[in-house]
Order: sequence, then C-alpha cells, then structure tokens
Amino acid sequence: MGSTNSTLSKIPNVEELMQETGFTPAHIVRLYDRFEALDKEKTGHLRPQDFGAINRLAMNPIGDRIIGAFFSPGQETVDFHSFVRILAHFRPADKKRPKDPSMPEPVNSRTSKLKYPPLVFSLISVAFQLYDQDKDGKISRAELLQVLRSMLEMQVTEEQLESIADRTIQEADLDKDDAISFEEFRKSLEKVNIDHKMSIRFLR
Amino acid sequence: MKLAVNFLTIGLVILSLPCGSYTEIPPKPPGSVTVLPPVKPAGGPQAFPDAENSNLPVFTMDYARIQVPFEVTLWVLLASFAKIGFHVYHKITFWVPESCLLISIGLIVGAIMHSVHEEPPAVLSYNVFFLFMLPPIVLESGYFMPTRPFFENVGTVLWFAVVGTLWNSIGIGMSLYAVCQIEAFEVQDINLQENMLFAAIISAVDPVAVLSVFEDVSVNEQLYIVVFGECLFNDAVTVVLYNMFIFVADMPVVEPVDVFLGVARFFVVGLGGMGFGVIFGFVASFTTRFTSNVREIEPLFIFMYSYLAYLVAELFSISSIMAIVTCALTMKYYVEENVSQRSCTTIRHVVKMLGTISETLIFFFLGVVTITTEHEWNWGYIMFTLLLALVWRGLGVLVLTQIINPFRTIPFNFKDQFILGYGGLRGAISFALVFTLPDSIGRKKLFVTTTICMIMFTVFIQGISIRPLIEFINVRRTNRNLETINVEIHSRLIEHTIAGVEDLCGQWSHYYWKDKFLKFNNRILRKILIRDNRAESSIVALYKKLELQNAMEILDTVSGDINAGSSIVSLQYEKKSSGKPKRKFVAADLMNMHDILSKNMYKIRQRTTAYTTKHSLPNDSRTKEILIRRHTSIRRSLRPGSFNGPVWNTRTYSTSQKYRHTYSFKGFTLFFTILYITVSPATQPHTITPPPPCFMVGTTHVEIIRSPTLRLTKHGGWNRKSQTWTHQTKGQISTGLMSIARVFWPKQVSSSYWCPLVVVSLQQFDHEGLVHTVSSEHLMLRCVR
Repeated sequence: MGSTNSTLSKIPNVEELMQETGFTPAHIVRLYDRFEALDKEKTGHLRPQDFGAINRLAMNPIGDRIIGAFFSPGQETVDFHSFVRILAHFRPADKKRPKDPSMPEPVNSRTSKLKYPPLVFSLISVAFQLYDQDKDGKISRAELLQVLRSMLEMQVTEEQLESIADRTIQEADLDKDDAISFEEFRKSLEKVNIDHKMSIRFLR
Repeated sequence: MKLAVNFLTIGLVILSLPCGSYTEIPPKPPGSVTVLPPVKPAGGPQAFPDAENSNLPVFTMDYARIQVPFEVTLWVLLASFAKIGFHVYHKITFWVPESCLLISIGLIVGAIMHSVHEEPPAVLSYNVFFLFMLPPIVLESGYFMPTRPFFENVGTVLWFAVVGTLWNSIGIGMSLYAVCQIEAFEVQDINLQENMLFAAIISAVDPVAVLSVFEDVSVNEQLYIVVFGECLFNDAVTVVLYNMFIFVADMPVVEPVDVFLGVARFFVVGLGGMGFGVIFGFVASFTTRFTSNVREIEPLFIFMYSYLAYLVAELFSISSIMAIVTCALTMKYYVEENVSQRSCTTIRHVVKMLGTISETLIFFFLGVVTITTEHEWNWGYIMFTLLLALVWRGLGVLVLTQIINPFRTIPFNFKDQFILGYGGLRGAISFALVFTLPDSIGRKKLFVTTTICMIMFTVFIQGISIRPLIEFINVRRTNRNLETINVEIHSRLIEHTIAGVEDLCGQWSHYYWKDKFLKFNNRILRKILIRDNRAESSIVALYKKLELQNAMEILDTVSGDINAGSSIVSLQYEKKSSGKPKRKFVAADLMNMHDILSKNMYKIRQRTTAYTTKHSLPNDSRTKEILIRRHTSIRRSLRPGSFNGPVWNTRTYSTSQKYRHTYSFKGFTLFFTILYITVSPATQPHTITPPPPCFMVGTTHVEIIRSPTLRLTKHGGWNRKSQTWTHQTKGQISTGLMSIARVFWPKQVSSSYWCPLVVVSLQQFDHEGLVHTVSSEHLMLRCVR
C-alpha cells in the first residue's frame, strides 16, 4: 500500500517504535490517522480536551481517568510515541511469536503484566493507576469509594457503598494497613484471565 | 386455566371445521352450516317472491358473506391462544422453543381436521405464503437488525450466504443423485436435475425457524449476526437456483451457456433486490420528511413502502427478501429521525406484532399440513437426505470458516463453528417451494414428505437440543465460582477501561469505507432526507420530561430524604473515626453486595449477548442512564460532608464544533453538573414567573427556561499540593454574575465561549407563598448542541 509507506515515513523513529511495541506497519498507520483525527489543531500533541471530544469515552464512568492515564504526572500533552506505547499494553499477547532471548521482552507479555517496575508501565499497573489518583502506591478507602461511586448507579446508598468498599479492602488487604497496595491488587487478580479481558482484538 | 384454554381451542376448532379453504370461496348456501343450531333460514333479500305470506324475519344469518374474514380471524385467534397457553407454564418455553410447540398444536389440529375429512385453509400455498405470510417476518428481521455489527460483518455474511448455500445445494444434489443410483431404494427415476432442484430447495437455511430459535438462546454478537444475515441473504441464491433448475428440468440437455446465464442471473437477482430496497428506502425517507402535519398516518408509509418493495421485486422475480430487508435497513435510520416519537413507537410495535403473528401462523400451519397432505414414504431417500444435509452443512461451515477467518478481526473458534453449523434450521420457505413444484416432476410427493421430515427434524431435534448444547459447551469455559467482590469490581473497571480505549482508538475495521460513507451521508443524504429544524420535536420533549422527573427527585433529596432506594443491607452505620473497628460480614451481606453490584453497576456495551430478544423491543435506556447518573452526582453533592474532592466529572468539548439546533439522543453528550452556584438574591439570572395561586405549601414547581447564552470563563491549573486539576469557572448570564466553583475540568485553560443553555430552575414555596429559589444553588446547566 503506497499510502502506508508514505505515512510511515512521516513518523520519526518508526522502526524503533514498531519493534518496541510489536505493532505492524498497518496498525501504526491506523493509529497515526486516529492521532491526527483527534489532534484537530495539528500541534503534534494531544491534550486532554482532545480526548474529551470522543463522545462515547465521555459516557464512560471512568473515562476521565483513562484520559488521565495517558498523561504522566506533570505532563500536559502526549505525543504520538507515548500514545502508541500506552496502547501497546492492550494488545493481545502474541503466543505465536518465537521467543528470541536477545530481544527485549515486548511490552505486554504476561510477566510484564505482573511485575511492578516503577518506570515501565504494565497492564495491571495501568489498572492500578486508574484507582490510585494521588499516586502514593496504595489504593486508599477514599479512592476506592470514588471509583465505586462513578461506577454505580443512583439506587445505591452511601452506606451500601461504604460497606462494599470495606469488604473490598478486607478481602484484599493482607498487611492490614487499610489500603490496597500494588502487590495485594495483583494477588487478588491472580485467578482472572487478564489476557482475555484486557486485550483488544483489533489491535492484533 | 390450561384446561379452559384447551376447551376454548377445541371449541374454536370445531367451529371452524366447516370452513373450507379460503382461497376459493365456494358459494355455500347458508343451510349447510350444520354445527350451529338451526335458525330461520331466511338469508338476506329473497331472490324469489314468497308464495306464502311470510312475516318480517327477526333473526337472519348470512354466513357466506363473512366467511373468508371470519375464518381468517378464527385461525389467527386459535394460533394466538395456543401461544398464550404455552406461557402459562414457564418451564416449557425455556427448554422447548415456541416453534416446536406451535407445530405440535398444529399437528393435533391437523389430525382433528383430517379425521373429519376437511381441508385446511391453503395458507402454505405459494401465493398466500409468499405474498402475505412471509413479508411481515422479513420486515421485522430487517427492521430490528443491529446495523453496526451487520456492516462490520457484511463480508462474512455474504460469504456464508452465497458460497455456503451453493456449496450445500451442489453437494447435497450430487450426493443424492449418487444415492439414487443404488437400486435398493427404488428411486432411480429421479434424474440429476430433479435432485439438484430438490437440493436447492432444502439447502437454504430458513430465517423464520432460525430466528425463533436463536433469539431465545443468547450467543455472542458476532455469531448471531452471521447466522441472522446468512438466513436472510441466502434467498437470492435460492431463488436463482430454484428458477434455474425448474427451467432446466424441462429441458433435455443442459448447455454451458445456461450455467453462465445462471451466474449472470444471480447477480441480477441479488443486486437488483438490494437496489430496489435501497431506492424504496430513500423514497420512504423522503416522504416522511413532509409528514409533520399528518402524524397519524406516518407509520403507514413505512409499511406500504416496504411491502411495495417486496411486491415490485416479486414482479421481476428478483429476490424479494433482500429487497425488503435492505429497504427496512435504509429506511430505519432516516425515518426515525423524521417521525414523531409516538409514530416511532407505533411502527416498532406494529412491525413486531405483524412479524409475530405471521410466524405463529406459519408454524401452526406447518403442523396442520403435515397431517393433511398426501405422503410418500421412502426410508432410504429420506434418511440419506437428513444425513447428507447435516454432513454437508458441517463440512461447509468448517471449510468456509477456515478460508474467511484470516480476514476477520474476531475469528471464529470451533465452538462458534459448531453452533453455526448446528444452527442451520430449515423451515417453511422450503415447504412452500416444494409444495408448488410442477406436477411434471414425478416424485413430487416424495419430495414433499422428505422436506417435511427435514423441517421436523431440524426444528424439533436441533431446535430443542441447541440450548443445552450451548450451555454444555459454555460450562467448560467459564468459571462458575462466585467471585470475590474484589474481582467483580476490578473486572468491571477493566471492562470499562477496555471499552474506553476501544472508543479512543475508534472503530476501524472497515474504517475507510465507513468514513467515506459517513461523509457522504452527512453532506448529501441527511440534507435531503431529514427534515431540519426539529427544535420542538419529540426528542427534546422527551428530554424535558426526563429532566422534570429527575428534577423532582432531586428536590426530594434536598428536603431531607436521602434514601431514595430501599436499603437492602441493614448495617450499622459506623461513625467515621480514625480507629474503625473491623466489621464482620455475614454471608447474607455478601450476597446482598453481589446483588447490588450486579444490578447497579453501569452497564457498558454488551459484548457477548444477542441484541434483540424475541419478546421485547429494543430499548433506548442507555442515554437515560447517563442522565440519571449525572443527577446522582448532583444529589450526592448535596449531602453534607460527602463532598470528597473532585469526583464529579464534566465533559467539555472542543469549542470549534458548530452548534446546531438538531437534537438527537446520541448527540446529546454535553452535560455540565454545577455544584454550588451562589447567586445573590438581588441579581436573578433570569426571570422567573410567579407561581399560580393554586400551588400549595411545600409543593415544588419546576420550570425549564431557555435562557440566553451563558458565557463561561474558566481558569484552571495543576494544583501541586493535591496533585489534581482544579479550576474555577465564572459564568455570566445576562444580568448578574454567577461564580461557579469546583467543577472538575481536566485542563488548564483560560478561555471563554458562548453556548446556548437550558436552565432548569427549581423553586420551592414557603408558607407565605413566596418563591424561594432554594435550588438556584443547584442549578443544572445544560449545554445543548
């Protein structure tokens, strides 16, 4: 496809990006088109309000948190590379790719979903960050309550919400500090098939 | 109750026995009504003068005059009573699909009629079936087809419909011909053309049967849409093959030219059908643009135009099913924007009703004619047909899926393929086609019998067993253990995240064509086909109504009543102190929690269940949910001490988008929630009309006022200490300044823009009858676009 190549040449460091994230050129082109469609003012960076223009994302109860996840603390814009890198977390784990020990492990393998390296994003860490807005490494009761409120509808009273939050913390909290740390979070999701739930198929 | 229903049905049957076929109206003298008690036989005006001196007849009866409509009504009622009867006992309809039950009742009635040597009405004759019984069902399927998944899978659908049906017919035809060569079965006189013709008739998957079974069973969306689409669109192939083989069966020799012509005819039939459908769809949409003054007959246009599309397609012998389906698809989108809300509801209800009636009648009469037609039984032929049909369908699905899987974004796994193959039910269309085979085909009765056997086999055995099979297969995959609360919440969060990221990336399966089509649609089609300036149309009215209701609820909260919902869990309210004692949770509490969570968590797009259920209309409650959620946020803000920081989220959009006064549910996404708005009593932001004197103390009065434009100025920034975004908004409405605090906006900006607003003002009356704008503190401002 001629258009693919011409678009690819517009993006700097495309080879590196593809290797790091594992996206095919066709995907990169599509993501680039999407990036450009969102970036209405053509600055090459996306700001939070550009994301806000997506209607269905706005209806999502945790939509603004998702948007926030794209921006590292202190940063107000996101460029194409970071955009693609973050989206790479949601690709289904590719079992068929041969394991090349010399290559660095691709971003979304199962182990990277379980590690907690402070610098590299991992999938569970993305989910954890959606809860933990003040970034202290723990999900406190108040943060849990916030998320619960946004996800539940109006028939639920405050007392019920609080009891649910209490129960959640009770179940997960192993060191009894009344908050859920990342390790505890990961443990509670052990049995869940993360791959299946958190992968978006068309990003294959 | 059931006994009473049974009595009633038997009674109706007996009453209708004397009614013969209603396609011909034999002139029956009134005296032949033997069952009813003899009455004075004077019927209508006397043709000959009476010799005697007869008195004025007090009571007359003229049956012949009403015979046809009367019989029609009775049969419809009978079938509907049967349907009511089934639902008395719930378990039956769960395990046995309704089609089977209806056929069974039809069998009983057929047996009764046969024993009395009466002919049933010829409902499944060619003309009656194809002109009256089939269109409503197909219209219903087309109208309620979920368009987005359909267009995403259109390639797969057409692939299975066209190539799959061809594969099936040719395969079955050839194999049956081979079987016929075996002397033991005594069917050697069926030549190749006749076998192929028969194969073409029974290889098509039937929409009526499939839909009635699949809508009770919930399969995932992809599978549903492929099965759905396949059974509707294979009609083109069936029509072509049928006509071709009928034509050919008369000819002694088949030439290659004929095969080529057959292919050409296929394209004419298929594309012609779609073309007609689209044309009629556009004409219908265009017509509804002008019907704002004749709202009562708006639904009529939908039905008339789709039926017209069907009939015109039948006129040219092209695929009428495709015509009506594409007409409905095209029409739906534009018409639902043009007509009033009531007309829209009416259309949906009537379409569903007609479709259900038709389907009921078809299955019912399938049962009846099974008994009353003449059969010719041949063990070998029939058994082999059943076997071959299954085998070829299974093979076909396997092979075709292997070829098309690489092109699909979500490939079919083996479980899906199994359901796809197993769900190939045959039904009444095959029967109607075989019933009207020309009599020049010697073994017509054998074909009829085989078709009936095929239909019975697939509908009963496959239809009944498909649900347990699906459950059996599913059980091995999912984990049935009760998950912990943690997992439930986190999984839901993850699902929301996925949905959010998907929306972020945009749907791009067929992005290019869809994009082009949408551009074309917006620029040209919408301008022509949709009426502009619907400012006071139904949708806004509906929103106003919703707003009023929700505003009322908010007022209830303000006056002190916090618990709107019933508190299921009776927990002791623990004071929030630093050292909270740990609570013990009993099993009952846990069950309640799971209950609450599953019922109340915001329902994201369903990804794995079927779209429409047979017995309900699709609902638009999602947007209403959004509305309710927003108001919940307001309500929670009103509770003292429950304000915990920027929880409430507002959505703001790029101001460069134009505002137009066209409203639609989906376009309605701007929604501010303002928490505290201090308005000094001296400067009322807008004029509030004084309340009428009949309002009582403590009542509330809600008004929706269309205010002049509101000018908002936002200043915001990153708050280093709390590491959140905060900002301040000032608003200005005509006279006076409002200061709006604590609105969460994820951006740092200083900008201002104008937007038209609808301001809901809530007022409460005190004992002096004065208007207190108590809730001017809680004004909801809504930007309309």
